[in-house]
Amino acid sequence: MTNTLTNIVEEVMPHFEGYAYPNEATLQPLWSVLIVLYPYITGLVAGAFIMASLVRVFNVKALEPVYRLSMLTAFAFLLCAPLPLLFHLGHPERCFEVMMTPHLTSPMAIFGFVYAWYLMAVLLLELWFDYRRDFVAWSESTPGFQGLLYRLFTVGVMDESDASVQLDHKIGHILSVVGIPSAFLLHGYVGFIFGSVKANPWWGNVLMPIIFIMSAMVSGIALCVFNYMVLTWIRRKTVDMKCLDVMGMYLFYALVVDAAIEALDWIHRIYSAEEGFQVMQYMAREKLFYTLSLGQVACGTLIPLFLLGLLQLIRRRVPEIQRRRMYFSSAMLILIGVLAMRWNVVIGGQLFSKSLRGVMGYKMEFTGLEGWLMGGVLLCLPFVILTVFVKLFLSERLPTGGHVPPRDAGAQTLRPARS
Amino acid sequence: MKNKVSRRNLLGRIGAAVAGLLAAPAAKAAKTITQKVLVSANAPKDYDPSKHRWVMAVDANRCIGCGFCAEACKKENHVPEGPYFRTWVERYIITKPKPGSGAARGETLVDCPDGGIHGYPEAPMPKEEIQHSFFVPKLCNLCKHSPCVQVCPVGATFDAPDGAVLIDPKYCIGCGFCIQACPYGCRFLSPVTKTAEKCTLCYHRITRGLKPACVEVCPTQARIFGDLKNSKPDDPIQQFYQNNLVTSLKPHLGTEPRLFYAGIDKEVR
Repeated sequence: MTNTLTNIVEEVMPHFEGYAYPNEATLQPLWSVLIVLYPYITGLVAGAFIMASLVRVFNVKALEPVYRLSMLTAFAFLLCAPLPLLFHLGHPERCFEVMMTPHLTSPMAIFGFVYAWYLMAVLLLELWFDYRRDFVAWSESTPGFQGLLYRLFTVGVMDESDASVQLDHKIGHILSVVGIPSAFLLHGYVGFIFGSVKANPWWGNVLMPIIFIMSAMVSGIALCVFNYMVLTWIRRKTVDMKCLDVMGMYLFYALVVDAAIEALDWIHRIYSAEEGFQVMQYMAREKLFYTLSLGQVACGTLIPLFLLGLLQLIRRRVPEIQRRRMYFSSAMLILIGVLAMRWNVVIGGQLFSKSLRGVMGYKMEFTGLEGWLMGGVLLCLPFVILTVFVKLFLSERLPTGGHVPPRDAGAQTLRPARS
Repeated sequence: MKNKVSRRNLLGRIGAAVAGLLAAPAAKAAKTITQKVLVSANAPKDYDPSKHRWVMAVDANRCIGCGFCAEACKKENHVPEGPYFRTWVERYIITKPKPGSGAARGETLVDCPDGGIHGYPEAPMPKEEIQHSFFVPKLCNLCKHSPCVQVCPVGATFDAPDGAVLIDPKYCIGCGFCIQACPYGCRFLSPVTKTAEKCTLCYHRITRGLKPACVEVCPTQARIFGDLKNSKPDDPIQQFYQNNLVTSLKPHLGTEPRLFYAGIDKEVR
């Protein structure tokens, strides 16, 4: 009798090795692919915004062609950022309780406020101040529903005087300055959600927020490189190589810092070899070999570091077409690598028992809320929204003023000159 | 060196002190009232949580691994079938070291098929190779600094004034953060209610003067339950503290469990 029942239990959980607390022996981790996407998307937002801030705050002129694209990217991804979290809740209908009655000692409780602050007070406002003059112009020049839409976006502020435009720029600048620490807060905070879990030796780590911020910057810049190159390719335009080189440079330096901090984290873990180190070592060698060693370290870090580093050294000797290919492949590899990093943190942290006596395997289902399909849809959704934004706010047919006057007659950039 | 205190400084400090004096009792009273209201949802109307301090202890020396406690808990609290447990019993087998290995002990094997409800299979090695074998009942550790309470984003899980750590199922959003934060694996997300669940010390029973179901059915009194605010020196819980050197699980995490164990090995986590 006893043996029969034990065998049934083994049949249900063939994927477990060693011992796990009975409540942990579920078929899939409690936080699954949706929670992998949540920090990934949030990180892309923070990174893309910081990329845009390089133009506004640090006055990096070379990046002007991607300023608006970066801002719109950040906005499109920010709109989707809370979706995975929301879908994952057992009671999504109670989600507003997080904001209505937050429990202030919880790292998760403040997310609603940080998110709302970033969306409403930083990104939306900055975009509006940046676009307001264009909205006025477009509302006059564009007929039909689209024109009406632009008119709505002006919120009735039709003043096109120099003083008014100057004020827009000034406020936009202030918002951008405020936005940088906000972006750090948004994503560092996501890192803290994991870093604060002392029950889990894989997560409970003081470096976690910093690792999240740096990887966010890397992934955000990579996303901007990717979007910029894809968009110019779709529009059959020539890529502004100066802009791409500068993006590549920032991507390289951000990646160097990110890789250094993550290496520091591992060196510390290996050297201190605290409780749970053995199980983590096993995880890295066996369970997460593909996503950690190949995905995160090789594809996401070492190869892009080599490619981008090489370009820093011998850029002038590499033909433009090769450079473009190298930048594009680096950006793609980084985007995959950072996704792998999120996977390793979120899923990796749940593939071993908190008893530190067992590990479990995990095969993602295809359909269902936590499946490949849903993950794919949620990952594609921001790109769909971004496409709409690009059609509406970055259209080639629309004359644009932008926050900085265009440098030369348009074909080289994504911002045609104001007619 | 003499510190200079300006008038403005002094007034500021006095103001802060007065504000603190006024606010602290008010905040405390508000907190108690709120908790009372929350607690009363599961308790009889005349139950006053501030007059009790419930606590649990486990004497692992007495546990025979019958699993009645885990089964009673499932039935009493309508815990869903499958890998969902408010309490369970783990079996530890520590083998003798291999001759000549230079080790003091051999391997440690732990198992808990179906929470221990249906007993355990034969040990996978002959008796002669076993150095120690014992059972450890597990349940909510009643932490003084509960990480689960700390991380709940809406405050649906809370420390009741009488020592129980409870969850308001009408308020829990089912995010699972508390489950991740509990170092002892004592929580689960119910597939039925889609909210977090855990041991409540059978709150519906203890507030009516009964013992928790697991304590009630334990044939060897391995589980000891008591009220620290109303116990006499000869009460089982006081006797337990008196007669045993005790320990708690994962003390390095600073959660300060109020669930004490007697007779467990260092291998127990």
